[in-house]
Amino acid sequence: MSLSREHELHKRRFSRNMGLGLALIGLVAIVFGLTVVKVSTEDFTEPLFGEASE
Amino acid sequence: MSDASLNSHTHTTTLPSDGGFSDFFALLKPRVMTLVVFTAFVGLYAAPGDIHPLVGLIAILFIALGGGASGALNMWWDADIDRVMRRTRNRPIPSGRVTEREAFGFGITLSAIAVVMLWLATNWVAAAILAFTIFFYIVIYSMWLKRWTPQNIVIGGAAGAFPPVIGWAAVTGGISLESVLMFSIIFMWTPPHFWALALFMRSDYDDAGVPMLTVTHGRRATRVHILVYTLLLAGLAVGIGFTMVGGPIYVAASVALNALFIKGAWQIWRRSEEDAEADNYKVEKAFFKLSLYYLFALFGVIALEAGLAPLGLGGW
Repeated sequence: MSLSREHELHKRRFSRNMGLGLALIGLVAIVFGLTVVKVSTEDFTEPLFGEASE
Repeated sequence: MSDASLNSHTHTTTLPSDGGFSDFFALLKPRVMTLVVFTAFVGLYAAPGDIHPLVGLIAILFIALGGGASGALNMWWDADIDRVMRRTRNRPIPSGRVTEREAFGFGITLSAIAVVMLWLATNWVAAAILAFTIFFYIVIYSMWLKRWTPQNIVIGGAAGAFPPVIGWAAVTGGISLESVLMFSIIFMWTPPHFWALALFMRSDYDDAGVPMLTVTHGRRATRVHILVYTLLLAGLAVGIGFTMVGGPIYVAASVALNALFIKGAWQIWRRSEEDAEADNYKVEKAFFKLSLYYLFALFGVIALEAGLAPLGLGGW
């Protein structure tokens, strides 16, 4: 028996791929947002690369 | 055409990676996750100190993900039991939509992501407690205690009690009396909650060979245990009202909620099996339902006290 293109199996695979894609985009957004918050807080200090090399 | 008929014609086993998004989502035990999210939020919200709202949101998200990951690992390990029990027969693994290997990989990956991201977002204490929670639920509860001792629910309940402690640690970076008491409330609540379920699910645990108290010590002993744990829980639940996270509103609400809960446990204790069978476990089912409302309400009032505190209305 061959699977037609419209078979439920394809729908499930599509939903899984779509879910994974959205989850990855969400993770990127979370890391980005977290980075913005971390570097915006008062106790954040930039690494002193310039001074160390002088 | 159903999956079953497809498989019967073309395959002897399920194709790997056949599960849809909803199947993988179901592996995370979303209903349990709501409890994790809510109690973690209350722990985080009631904790003294400040946390950026986005960091707080991210912390709760990854605590929930960690909880969901341990749910997936639990389904991987308990697939044999789930195939036997009526309540769990339609879960993604027993139904063949997700393979055991996929569930294992899914659970391990999400566990690692959740712990690392919680560490990055908050601190190592919160991340370490989350990692320990996952370890405890899978190794101590699922692999060891669940199939070995009738006290499985008692000790295993600790895993579900950690979220408010993690939420608290995310803000404070430590553990305190208040977070330990929040842990204790869920810890003591879990046994009566599950034993009530075991009473009206009848033969499910027998069939699966899980040594639930109803199976090993009988249904009479289970009714006694429910009452004893409910009384101990009431002491803890009211007691936390006199700490930093409590207040007059909490104490009043807690007394009322615990009075209701004790009443339910008392009714269960008084009933014989014949009475229960006669009305199809009406009281036990009502107690199980009440237990869910009870915990949400109790933690809801802790959050309310925390929310009113800045206005000078909450707390002592």
